[in-house]
Amino acid sequence: MWEDKEQKGLVFPLILVILALLGGVAEAALPTVEGKADVWKLVTLQSYNSRLVILSTTLLGVTSGLVGVFLLLRKRSLMGDALSHATYPGIGLAFLVMTFVGGEGKWLPGLLLGASVTGVVGVSLVSAIRHTTFLKDDAAMGIILGVFFGAGVAIMKMVSNLPGADAAGLDSFVYGTAASLIFADFLLILVVTGVVCGAAILLLKEFTLVCFDESFAISQGWPALRLDLIMLALVTAVTVVGLQAVGLVLIIAFLIIPAAAARFWSHKLHVMLLLAASIGGASGWLGSGLSSLLVDLPTGAVIVLVAATIFIFSMLFGFEHGILPRAVRQTRLRRKVGRQHLLRAIYEILESRQPDTAEPVSNLPIDLVLLSHHRSWSPAELQRLLRTARGEDHLEDELPGRVRLSESGFGEAARVTRNHRLWELYLIRYADIAPSHVDRDADLVEHVLDADVVRQLELELQGRPVRMFVPPSPHLIDQPSG
Amino acid sequence: MEFNWDSLDTWTVVIGGLSAVAAALPGCFLVLRRMSMMGDAISHAILPGIAMGFLLTHTRITVVMFIGAACAGLLTAAFTQCISKYGKVDRGAAMGIVFTTLFAIGLILIRQSAQHVELDPGCVLYGSLEYSVIDMLQIGAIELPRAAVSIGSVMCINILVITFLHKELAISTFDPALATTLGISSVLMHYILMVVVAVTTVAAFEALGSIIVIAMLVVPPATALLLTRRLSNMLTFSAVIGMLSAFLGHLGAVAIPPAFGFQATVSSGMMAVAAGALFCCAWFFSPSQGLLVRLRKKGGR
Repeated sequence: MWEDKEQKGLVFPLILVILALLGGVAEAALPTVEGKADVWKLVTLQSYNSRLVILSTTLLGVTSGLVGVFLLLRKRSLMGDALSHATYPGIGLAFLVMTFVGGEGKWLPGLLLGASVTGVVGVSLVSAIRHTTFLKDDAAMGIILGVFFGAGVAIMKMVSNLPGADAAGLDSFVYGTAASLIFADFLLILVVTGVVCGAAILLLKEFTLVCFDESFAISQGWPALRLDLIMLALVTAVTVVGLQAVGLVLIIAFLIIPAAAARFWSHKLHVMLLLAASIGGASGWLGSGLSSLLVDLPTGAVIVLVAATIFIFSMLFGFEHGILPRAVRQTRLRRKVGRQHLLRAIYEILESRQPDTAEPVSNLPIDLVLLSHHRSWSPAELQRLLRTARGEDHLEDELPGRVRLSESGFGEAARVTRNHRLWELYLIRYADIAPSHVDRDADLVEHVLDADVVRQLELELQGRPVRMFVPPSPHLIDQPSG
Repeated sequence: MEFNWDSLDTWTVVIGGLSAVAAALPGCFLVLRRMSMMGDAISHAILPGIAMGFLLTHTRITVVMFIGAACAGLLTAAFTQCISKYGKVDRGAAMGIVFTTLFAIGLILIRQSAQHVELDPGCVLYGSLEYSVIDMLQIGAIELPRAAVSIGSVMCINILVITFLHKELAISTFDPALATTLGISSVLMHYILMVVVAVTTVAAFEALGSIIVIAMLVVPPATALLLTRRLSNMLTFSAVIGMLSAFLGHLGAVAIPPAFGFQATVSSGMMAVAAGALFCCAWFFSPSQGLLVRLRKKGGR
């Protein structure tokens, strides 16, 4: 509802602002870098202290990138947001239960189990609200997120005042403390990565189907609900193991940004998966490496900034959906369409000059005024079209107030006009479009007709391929025999 | 079960109630425009705005924070718009990208400036109600907590904005095409709403933490929407529900934990929980579309 009106000029200043912000952050942080040798050591994992952290965050990036692709394609990216906030009360509750049972309150698997339970409960409630009221899923997610997180805050405060239990450090799950990862955490992340990769490979076909056409999947008898549940379980697993490393707010970025960045480069699912995993992994690697170089920077935040930089780059330059490649393609198409319109207009004028339809049309200079009236082009528009056509060698040298097609331009104009008419005839005969309307309808498609389609149209409409008028050769042409 | 209700409790409820009303009113439009998650996004994204305000002026003047937050709110909305429009990214995903990135920038800025300012990321979420009810401001003969004054004025501003722009907001929410033909810019309305949300978030986060804003922007309006189908009723209901949840939440915070042998907990979290409980009541028992009514209809057929 607020998508429609906005100047196109807004996008570049805004991107500049982002880049400036990122640059400012880097500028503020960089003086603390100690030396190039350290950088190399870090990147090649020689530094023992950071090896574990870097490996963990890289794996986390890979697996969340994979899962994020499915979330993105299901248009459920913000589900990760609701889910991660809903895990918060689970941590507090698990701590409470474990303390009461008499165990160690901060036993990590227990805490993560608690987190998963409330996370799943939260997501199920989201879908319950969505299905039993007319509230939309954004409201449902907002409700669950706010209420569960509020409950989490309240429970955390309660357990932190609990006599005889040391709850210090529990709130690190909000912001994450990658530096405190230990070997066991690494193993956990490794296992989750393995499971996620395995599931993504084994269920690739099923997930693809559910992502792109859910109702078709259901009608074909695929268990869409069960597949959704598996997907949800994978997302939950990634979110929960990510809580400790990067915190519950920034894990959302892990789930969304690599997938969204990969989308700009390809729309083949397996390419997207590979790319998202690599982008996630690269951000994890670079980000945690950088943050251990730059003293005192929160690891999760640096990783997210690295990922955001990759995202901006992809959004600008991604081959498939990137802004610049798309703009180039659109300009090219617009130029092609403009050229074809110009050539056809000239050809139609030439034709109308010659009442004898049996004779082939001859190439004469025509008035610019006539031309601009023919399609009601403004003078500036016409000048631009003529300039382009001249650049492509379709027009003869400039004549004052008149224009004349070159030899190649004349051939092209005849071809374009013929294609247009073939398509018009086709539409009249097979699509029942009234002859008075057919011109505009044909215009929608004719610019993208390829040679094969044109051959087919010729056969269909005239029973034979059309031959251009070429006088017979005055001498024998040797045909290579065999 | 015994506890003493004193002036601190009263002020807590007052501040909570004011925040709830201030958030619930713009929240109605967010819910109707299907942008509920924008509240969550903005409440995270204002972090760099606030941090920038600190870094640039080295003061904790409220006005600076409001300006920083309003800018951050606008940027969130504008970036989300840009990414979803020009990058053809799903709007939810675009929002997620923007707010997490801004939040990360905010975390880094705060960490960088942690040496000279006392700004704890934790206080953004939890607030510091214990201190804000003590921090009194003398106005004439009356003494009011500073937080109550700031959130109260924001609430008044919100009420004014919504009263004056009631027609415009309503039309651009329900029928953007009609709004455009009538000469109302729905884009402008969108950005006004974003600024209102951002400013409300700042005002509330100092006292109660941003969590209460996240909850109060969505839960009371959604509850009200289950009870009525008229916009004016929805606005009133959501304000009442907001105030009610502030009161019940504080009551719960001081009363429930001691019943199980704990100390009292933070009121803002419990206010969110209370709002959730009220939502559940409406979900089950709403006279027009509650679960019970629906079940009975199904059984009767």
